[in-house]
Amino acid sequence: MGNALRLENVTMQFGGVVSVNNLSLEVPEHKIIALIGPNGAGKTTAFNCITGVYQPTNGLIEFMGKPMVRNHPTGKSLKTYKGEHADKFAKEQILAPTPDEITGLGIARTFQNIRLWKSMTVFENVLIAKHQHAKQNVFSATFRRNLAEEKRMRDETMELLVEQDLETYKDELAVSLPYGLQRRLEIARALATHPSLLLLDEPAAGMNPLETSMLADFVRQIREKYDLTVFLIEHHMDLVMNVSDYIYVIDFGSEIARGVPEEVQNNHRVIEAYLGVGDEE
Amino acid sequence: MEYVISVLLSGISVGGQYALIAIGYTLVYGILRLINFAHGDVFMVAGLMGIYFTATMPFSVSIPLVLILTVVLGFTIERAAYKPLRSAPRMSVMISAIGVSYLLQNTATYITGGQPMTYPVIPFLSDTVNVAGTQTKWVVIVTPFLVLLLVFALTMLINRTKVGMAMRAVSKDFETSRLMGIKINSVISVTFIIGSALAAVGSVLFFTNYPAITPTAGAMPGLKAFVAAVFGGIGSIPGAVIGAFLIGICETIIKGLPSAWDVSVFSDAFTFALLIIILIFKPQGLFGEAATDKV
Amino acid sequence: MKQSRKSFPVFIGIAILLLLVILLENLSAFIPNLPQVFQPTSPLFTVLKKAAVYSLVAVSMNLLNGFTGLFSLGQAGFMLLGAYTYAILMVPAVQKEQVYYLFGGCAFDFSLLDMFEGIFGSGGAGGAIAMILACLIALILAGCVAGFFSYLIGIPVLRLKSDYLAIATLGFAEILRAIFQWQKLGKVTNGANMIKGFPTFSNFNITNGSGETVLRLSTFVPFLISALCILVIVLLINSSYGRAFKSIRDDEIAAEAMGVSLFKHKMMSFVISSFFAGVGGALFAMYVANAQAKAFTSVMTYEILLIVVIGGIGSVSGSVIATFLYVACSEWWLRFLDSEQYLGSFQVPLLRNGFRMVVFSIVIMVIVLFFSQGIMGNREINIGGLLKKISKRSERRS
Repeated sequence: MGNALRLENVTMQFGGVVSVNNLSLEVPEHKIIALIGPNGAGKTTAFNCITGVYQPTNGLIEFMGKPMVRNHPTGKSLKTYKGEHADKFAKEQILAPTPDEITGLGIARTFQNIRLWKSMTVFENVLIAKHQHAKQNVFSATFRRNLAEEKRMRDETMELLVEQDLETYKDELAVSLPYGLQRRLEIARALATHPSLLLLDEPAAGMNPLETSMLADFVRQIREKYDLTVFLIEHHMDLVMNVSDYIYVIDFGSEIARGVPEEVQNNHRVIEAYLGVGDEE
Repeated sequence: MEYVISVLLSGISVGGQYALIAIGYTLVYGILRLINFAHGDVFMVAGLMGIYFTATMPFSVSIPLVLILTVVLGFTIERAAYKPLRSAPRMSVMISAIGVSYLLQNTATYITGGQPMTYPVIPFLSDTVNVAGTQTKWVVIVTPFLVLLLVFALTMLINRTKVGMAMRAVSKDFETSRLMGIKINSVISVTFIIGSALAAVGSVLFFTNYPAITPTAGAMPGLKAFVAAVFGGIGSIPGAVIGAFLIGICETIIKGLPSAWDVSVFSDAFTFALLIIILIFKPQGLFGEAATDKV
Repeated sequence: MKQSRKSFPVFIGIAILLLLVILLENLSAFIPNLPQVFQPTSPLFTVLKKAAVYSLVAVSMNLLNGFTGLFSLGQAGFMLLGAYTYAILMVPAVQKEQVYYLFGGCAFDFSLLDMFEGIFGSGGAGGAIAMILACLIALILAGCVAGFFSYLIGIPVLRLKSDYLAIATLGFAEILRAIFQWQKLGKVTNGANMIKGFPTFSNFNITNGSGETVLRLSTFVPFLISALCILVIVLLINSSYGRAFKSIRDDEIAAEAMGVSLFKHKMMSFVISSFFAGVGGALFAMYVANAQAKAFTSVMTYEILLIVVIGGIGSVSGSVIATFLYVACSEWWLRFLDSEQYLGSFQVPLLRNGFRMVVFSIVIMVIVLFFSQGIMGNREINIGGLLKKISKRSERRS
């Protein structure tokens, strides 16, 4: 099987700060891959580059073997560019899809600090994620010429909520749910967009150890059920070691190690990055 | 040639008056991220106070009184209409600002009876002077110098004093400044006080040059001054001043174009066209900093 | 379907309301010696007409500000476009010479009204059909012109963040106003002067051969058009697209990440809102019986914005209720504040011209500061639920 996602020399620079530096990685189809690193290492920035929130300063991102995002520094950003391979993609066409276009291709995500729509119910939160793929236009929807499509969206949403054990909360406001359920709802919402690649940004943040261990099974389950590739950022080492097939470690925006969980666990650079070198003790 | 000089002179002076208002916008926006729609009306109220006070008091009393009361007005507006909404969405604060503007305009209509009021003749400022062959009022000559002087003083205040440092800190990062023990509310009050004082000075200069004040007289100069602030890069004082001079000059040039073209109706529209062009091509303005949202 | 069952009571409610309006309007014809309030010249009908027009504009603004979270202040500009489109298309050719006398006539002689009267005849039933058709088409075109311009304006400005968007749309409205006042365009826009002579609401009153009014419809017509337009907006808000708008309002970044195209949906909301603002502008022109650029200032936009705030940002029924209250207060109930009043021999202080608006602005400030939810918050009046409650109560009683 091929790669669901491939990053080649991706660099993201904000002004003079390089948040992601020359990052290259591969996420094979149907695998669970983790991106780890200390706080501020640039993990979420990498996610934002993949999902189109930011346009990387340089580099190529391929999805399902096709170039999806591509950029190279030009003009003023070339002068201040601190990364490598500034000329590698210089002759190629710039590709900068918007986040919704990327979602349309089949990449869905969750957010580190949960971003549910707060004035809406659990049901509506999932239902809106169905909007993009619905066969309708603004006239057919306004004048109710899309009843079959609307019914399909509602049925599918209900199905998803049942599968995620959220159906009892369906008419409650999304933000009134307990934290753990909000996380699950965010995942359900992401699944509603029919993704083939799911990006999870710290799915275990704020969870207790029990919930965290259950999360590992949950991630594996949804991978099987929806035939997904999963790419996740995480801090909980237990979860990462338990669930991932392969791990990339970054620090200060650059890759410092990669490998299967055992290799990464014993890599001295990773230990240094996490524990710090020459600390007081 | 004389015509060109007179147009330029009045352009610079109008620009200077806009600059004094624009500083109020740019300071407030820099700190609260609020377009203070009421600022133009504060300027108008200052003008009206000028009329009423000079009618009963000598200038040496009335002008300082106008200054003080305008400052009190600005301070009160902030405390009453903006402070309670500190944690509300930005839209609510802006609506509150529009509400205050509405209130000031309607109150002014009530007090003046809706009639245009004639601004008093202020000795010296209203006297005519001959510059390079054109007759003009002293106020036209004085304005740019006074503006530069005030801006210099303000820059000193912001760069050299403790209050100024606090203002800069708050405009950089509201929350962190609060955590660092800066008294946010007093910094904001100081900002409004400075802005209102400059608007009061601006009103004396502006209305000396204009025939009359109506309750809506503040709205247009206010919006133009805001555009000047955006043009220069919101939060930047030199930016606001340069933007204001530029808009003042352009506006008087448009007004001064041959009347056969009949383009003077566009002197206001031009300012907005400029604003939109700036927002599209250089949203951070001439001297502003680009901001990125955190996801 | 569940959907249609839910909306059924709404339709019934609207139909009843419209019937009531007709009834109210013609009451004086059937029952003699009614109090002044029910006479056709009563301020009641002025208020009803104006409020019907304003409620459409308020709801259209709410669609944008309340449901999509786009803080736009261009409403008056789009109303202006609608008003002028309607006026220019509807002034009969014979009137043009007189209306445009300063500019030696109008640049084009076309009039929708003339065209349809050419087909159906100008008197009797034919004339009525001609006028209704012409009005309908002119109203739709008024909306389309406003919508088209909003599309052009939206391309650059919809990328801007909240307050910049507000000031940019305000700016566009001011630019439009300047263009329509430009004397060089006088042959089309009549410069800074007003355009008059087109059909207004009172032209819908049915008269008999001798010119006496048989059936008054001049209040019913704005109600009908506004109700239809608001109904369409409500249907839109409750559709999949309406949900997408709300997701943008709640969290743009999440909406985009879940596949809601920001630009497409913001544009859609902007254009649709402007379309209805354009229709509202045309109705406003019919209400005041003229179209003049200087009426459509930013003060008008602020007024509508404040109505939306009073009603509750994100509530259609709130906007409608607030409009009627606002217009009734400003045009009728609080009028007494503007003239000197005596309680016995005691003259109530402060009361004189302009005091009404001061009281008004204070009330508005109080609402903005202390009741930021407005009348309805983001809830809606649920007619179906209301009926159920009433029937339950009556069951309990029996």
